[in-house]
Amino acid sequence: MSTTITATAKEAATRDGYGNALIKLGSSDPNVVVLDAGVSDSTRTNKFAEKFPERFFNMGISEGDMVCTAAGLAKCGKTAFATSFICFLLGRSMDQILVSVAYSDSNVKIVGTHAGVAIGEDGPTAQAIGDVSYMRAVPNFIVICPADAVEAEKAIMEIAKRKGPAYVRLGRGNVRTIYDDSYKFEIGKASVVAEGNDAAIIASGIMVQESLAAAEVLKKEGINVKVFNMSTIKPIDRQAIIAAAETGTVVTAEDHNIYGGLGSAVAEVLAEEKLDVKFERIGVKDRFAESDSQKVLFRKYGLDAEAIAATVKKAVTEKK
Amino acid sequence: MADEATIAKLKEKARQLRIGSIKLVYQASSGHPGGSLSAADIMAALFYHAMRYDPKRPDWPDRDRFILSKGHCTPLLYSVFADVGYFPKEELATYRRLGRLTGHPNPKLPGVEIATGSLGQGLSVGHGMALAGKLDKKDYYVYVLLGDGECNEGQVWEAAMSAAHYKSDHLIAIVDNNKVAQDNLTANLKGIEPVDKKFEAFGWHAIRIDGHNMAAVIDALAAAKNVRGKPVVIVADTVKGKGVSFMENQFAWHGKAPSEEMFNKAIAELEAQK
Repeated sequence: MSTTITATAKEAATRDGYGNALIKLGSSDPNVVVLDAGVSDSTRTNKFAEKFPERFFNMGISEGDMVCTAAGLAKCGKTAFATSFICFLLGRSMDQILVSVAYSDSNVKIVGTHAGVAIGEDGPTAQAIGDVSYMRAVPNFIVICPADAVEAEKAIMEIAKRKGPAYVRLGRGNVRTIYDDSYKFEIGKASVVAEGNDAAIIASGIMVQESLAAAEVLKKEGINVKVFNMSTIKPIDRQAIIAAAETGTVVTAEDHNIYGGLGSAVAEVLAEEKLDVKFERIGVKDRFAESDSQKVLFRKYGLDAEAIAATVKKAVTEKK
Repeated sequence: MADEATIAKLKEKARQLRIGSIKLVYQASSGHPGGSLSAADIMAALFYHAMRYDPKRPDWPDRDRFILSKGHCTPLLYSVFADVGYFPKEELATYRRLGRLTGHPNPKLPGVEIATGSLGQGLSVGHGMALAGKLDKKDYYVYVLLGDGECNEGQVWEAAMSAAHYKSDHLIAIVDNNKVAQDNLTANLKGIEPVDKKFEAFGWHAIRIDGHNMAAVIDALAAAKNVRGKPVVIVADTVKGKGVSFMENQFAWHGKAPSEEMFNKAIAELEAQK
């Protein structure tokens, strides 16, 4: 379960990992098709479009039509990736996802980019903070939020192999590259990216990098934190949560509303397993953010490494 | 031009499908009779004449696809499917009860290509199937049956734009233009006329017919298959509740089951039409 963290501080965006995976899939599987809703340069599906134009469908700004078109292609034997910005992809096509994809068990991969407050300057209409919550509630779907570009690429390769619906949440900005090519992504399995016994942080997506930075700060203060990358949010890795609870303090970290996302999913397991721990959630506290850089927003809305470190420290202190 | 014998056969099929639809709604004490009766002639022409399919091989890659985008009309769909052999006739007893015959169709039932029941999605799905056919160099057609009220959904027009853009000429939409929605006449909700002209403006080839004139339905379907370079819509002007006098043009019969007395009257009327 433990993974070595690469020493070099490389950075890349998870959406680029997606673009790379699509090129590989396009070459290896003639049945892979990709659809976009008029933002292919931003979502990185444009790389696939250049190489495999006959299998790329840019549907323009009509996400509901795109998702159902993807379902039609899938029902004729295609593995269909449907992509746009999460806000519009899900906001405009939840019903289509429910009926034409989930209930119909269509082999459609809903891959959204531009997750969370992290997208910054475009403001709340482009900051997806509810998507994990929506998608956890859709039967037949798995929900994956990769932590770095390497994991994003591997996760896309894995979901392509597995027939049926999947949702993948990707980010816009560069994030620290945590994994090297030896990393083996497994659907439904968390990985430990930092060791420690005083507390555990369970994070997903961009918050893994923030949590690692928080763990480094805390280490200097004598608090050793175990950091889990919970990249599959549904089905969630219950064993990893049980292992996290052994530290006595569990803090979740997500760039998402604290309602319905990773924090809620972890809380459900803690309660069901009757695990008596100090528990805190880092996330967007049920409000809309505003426009500014990621750095400024993460500071103001309590999502940066500093905020995580402070929360963990307080939790550990209160626990004692 | 269809011959007289074919027309007579299909008209009789449509009459039987109407009887089957009423029986299902009565038996289940719920369901949607009005839109089932209006589309019976279209469905008879599709499944007993125009379409290429084999109920023994529901996954046959070369089959024509059919999508009931107006998914509430399962009394009609299941009457057809049971009759052509997608599932045993005895299973009709489970309509709207535990099992595969859900109130709105789902693909666990052979013959159902995709779940419907939330209006507005079928045309996009059908277009995806048409695009797949083109990629795979198949010659199958995709038929999508829409309601007129359904055409208030914006996604229908998104799909209309897409299919014209991709010149998807193996996609054939049929609007069961019965002019009556659930709680009002469509014209009083958000009028869609002239719906054929709207599709034409979107780049489609439009054919407008009397949807209860079997010869016209057959001819329109044949003509639709020969159009190249653009998708085709057949706007079929129909009567909601067609064939049962007290249901005709009544939105009250969009989604309710008849009493025993009403049921007997409806069946008697349909039997008399033989």
